[in-house]
Amino acid sequence: MHLILDAIITGVLSGGIYVLMALGLTLIFGVMDIINVGQGALVILGAYLSYLLQQQLHIDLFVGLLITMPVMFALGVGLEIAFVRPIRWERTTLSILVTFAIALLIQGALSLGFSSNLVQMHAWYVDRSFQIGGFYLAWVYVFDFLLSVVLVIGLYLLLNRTKFGAGLRASMQNRTAAELVGIDVERVSAITFGIGVALAAAGGMAYGATSAFNPNSQYDLISRLLAIIILGGMGSLRGAVVAGLGMLVIEDVTSVVWSPVWATTVFYMLLVAVLVFRPQGIFGQLAGRRQ
Amino acid sequence: MKVLRPASLLVLLALAVTFPLLFPNPAVEQVAVLTLMFAAAVTAWNAFSGYSGYISIGHAAYFGIGSYAVAILCQDWHVPGGWLPFLLLPLAGLIAVVFAIPMGWVALRTRRHTFVIVTIAMFFIMQLMAYNLRSVTNGSRGMSLPIPVHWSGAFYDIPFYYVGLAVLLLALLVSWWIRNSKYGLGLLAIRDDEDRARGLGVRTGPFKLTAFVTAAFFFGMVGGLHAYFVESIFPSFAFDPLNDLMVALMAFLGGLGTLAGPVLGAVILVPAQQYFTIEFGKPGFYLMIYGAMFLAIILLLPQGIIPALRARFQRSEALAGPLRGADADGAGGAALAGDGEAERGGGPA
Amino acid sequence: MSLLQATAVRKAFGGVVALDGCSITVEKGSLTGLIGPNGSGKTTLFNVMTGYEAVDDGEVAFDGKRITNAAPERVFQLGIGRTFQLTRIFPRLTVLENMHVAAQRQGLGGLFGRWSSSKEHARALELLEFVGLTRLEDVPARNLSYGQKKLLEFAYVLVAEPQVILLDEPAGGVNPTMIRYLTERIRALNELGVTFLMVEHNMEFVMGLCDRVVVMNHGVTIADGEPEAVRNDPRVLEAYLGA
Repeated sequence: MHLILDAIITGVLSGGIYVLMALGLTLIFGVMDIINVGQGALVILGAYLSYLLQQQLHIDLFVGLLITMPVMFALGVGLEIAFVRPIRWERTTLSILVTFAIALLIQGALSLGFSSNLVQMHAWYVDRSFQIGGFYLAWVYVFDFLLSVVLVIGLYLLLNRTKFGAGLRASMQNRTAAELVGIDVERVSAITFGIGVALAAAGGMAYGATSAFNPNSQYDLISRLLAIIILGGMGSLRGAVVAGLGMLVIEDVTSVVWSPVWATTVFYMLLVAVLVFRPQGIFGQLAGRRQ
Repeated sequence: MKVLRPASLLVLLALAVTFPLLFPNPAVEQVAVLTLMFAAAVTAWNAFSGYSGYISIGHAAYFGIGSYAVAILCQDWHVPGGWLPFLLLPLAGLIAVVFAIPMGWVALRTRRHTFVIVTIAMFFIMQLMAYNLRSVTNGSRGMSLPIPVHWSGAFYDIPFYYVGLAVLLLALLVSWWIRNSKYGLGLLAIRDDEDRARGLGVRTGPFKLTAFVTAAFFFGMVGGLHAYFVESIFPSFAFDPLNDLMVALMAFLGGLGTLAGPVLGAVILVPAQQYFTIEFGKPGFYLMIYGAMFLAIILLLPQGIIPALRARFQRSEALAGPLRGADADGAGGAALAGDGEAERGGGPA
Repeated sequence: MSLLQATAVRKAFGGVVALDGCSITVEKGSLTGLIGPNGSGKTTLFNVMTGYEAVDDGEVAFDGKRITNAAPERVFQLGIGRTFQLTRIFPRLTVLENMHVAAQRQGLGGLFGRWSSSKEHARALELLEFVGLTRLEDVPARNLSYGQKKLLEFAYVLVAEPQVILLDEPAGGVNPTMIRYLTERIRALNELGVTFLMVEHNMEFVMGLCDRVVVMNHGVTIADGEPEAVRNDPRVLEAYLGA
């Protein structure tokens, strides 16, 4: 029982990290109808950047975000304009191939730059734990979770209290209509992509602080993230939050109750099980019958 | 569509059959074997994804299943190296089918966009299973396949070549047959407007699933063949996400929805891939080259080669009626501007 | 006698009530027009009657049989065809292939045969000639002009020899010559016994062609009768001109 509680708490805390990464992904899909399969690679890139800043310039991981997030935001905008915007035909499918290609480019570059040795970031809050209840938890988990909360709230405010956010939400609901009322949908798309990648940067730092990683980790990450957003409903921000937390909690509990080996498989089985009954995910919408 | 006359088809066939005799270089033959395998897989993939429009970036899962099926069968049934393992290929295909039916059914319930992701997720599930089901698959230690000790170095590639060619021809036959049947028409209609097709009585569910499963069958066979060819398999290798991407890319490059496109795509990209792997051995480097290559192909040649060629031929033919432009059929193209506006040019043609 | 009938149908989308207890009867052999201001629920009624939307309440019957909430393919098989406001044809298929999609053969044997049996081919050509699209058989449908696409959609709906055809704005965005042509084609089919229900905004078209007109507003029918009577009905005028 104790262990289960432990697992639930760990699940929620690490779930926050995945939520951060998944939000970017689902946001991009919601606005642009494209699936950024490179999100995993971008997360790892963010992780390496944070690592670099810390190693070379001794900048604290969290403080480093003030640099990595804007940089990755710019990268995201650049990628969208250069590689995604030109796709005119079969946007969704081709965007998958394009972003996969970008992922390979990033992975390749990182492999060249950093070798495939596992990297682990260190800081006082990574190495030290505090005691809660009857078990120990590294401080970093709490900080990461707080980071997620802050960014999620920030995103919420951006979406619901700013003019840009209104434009973004409008584009999500109906691109054409948004264009007709004067919203520069292309600009919104580029910025959204940038936001998604900036969130990946944050997620990368958070992820890298809690797990060892190497360029190859992008596959494991992206498959989890995709599973999360499908489960939550593609394009649904609420869904990303619920599914992210839920999946991680269930995985961690399974790890404790059954076996760590099967925990990850259960993660995906859950996805399949939900799809059997609700193909649109928890908060997704069924494609209505067209006119 | 008839890009090649029957006579040129025969010539190509003759060339394919005599290829190993014309080019006895083992390195070349090896690339040729891989090309044939991929060509078969891409042709089958196209018969599902190209015709129905449901892009599956996860069919490589069935490749992996086929690989392990042959490995496990050879192990359990003590099959010796030589010609016998080839007989297991159809069985590997069927085993892949057994997995494909439920997986396809679940995946096809989702929207087209979600479908793509679900296939990716399912691919990773299978990869995980390969790692975790250690008692069956030997986990990350991998499995080895029987080695045909009687086949000397120079001869080794030859049987694989012809078996690969046979599989490819079978895949082409099936793909051609589908294209010209009522069933295939239904798939194409699904691609264009699924709801409308359903409303007209096209049985979309069974149609899609059948095509999905057929593609899986061929992937299973190719997976088994490949495993036997390389003599050992590992989870990360049998279930390699790059395979998924390569297959899709070859189909897009050649022309999605066409018959010759997949083969053309494979003939171009497999040797290119092999070349890059050898020349730029350092892992990071060749990943970057792949990535760059993919980007270039997708952004510059979105329709694929065959449709672009076809468009060029059609442009020179006289066209009746108020036609907009000679966009080739079979692989999409820019949507017509002017839809929804009042008709110009008078009444019916 | 009534061929197609909707009784007290209710349909709401979220907070918006599209159909509020709407009833309509289409007499066999009639040319019935359905008009009303934008947002009155005409297309929703069509969708409900052909299975593209489910009803919240009410019934739809065809030839005495209950078909409420039946799937679109079932509705089609029973003999009800429909066209769409935004023409739905299969853009990447040729004109002829479009026709063949609508000709669904029974049984497995039909599936594996060539997609166009000679009988079907003959019928397809016959229908294409009827709508004046011969010579364009091998053209990809997306290359057709807007009017030609409308004709194609009309033609392939005819493949299944429906008893009643629901036309959603057949004259929309089409020039006068084409409208005259369409009117003539519809009349020709009507003489052969096909019933028509059409939604239209083009008053001239409706008044000239239909023998009965139903008017909708705010999700219910407010008038029903001969064109001249309806045209002068004060309630109809108010619906169109009033707030």
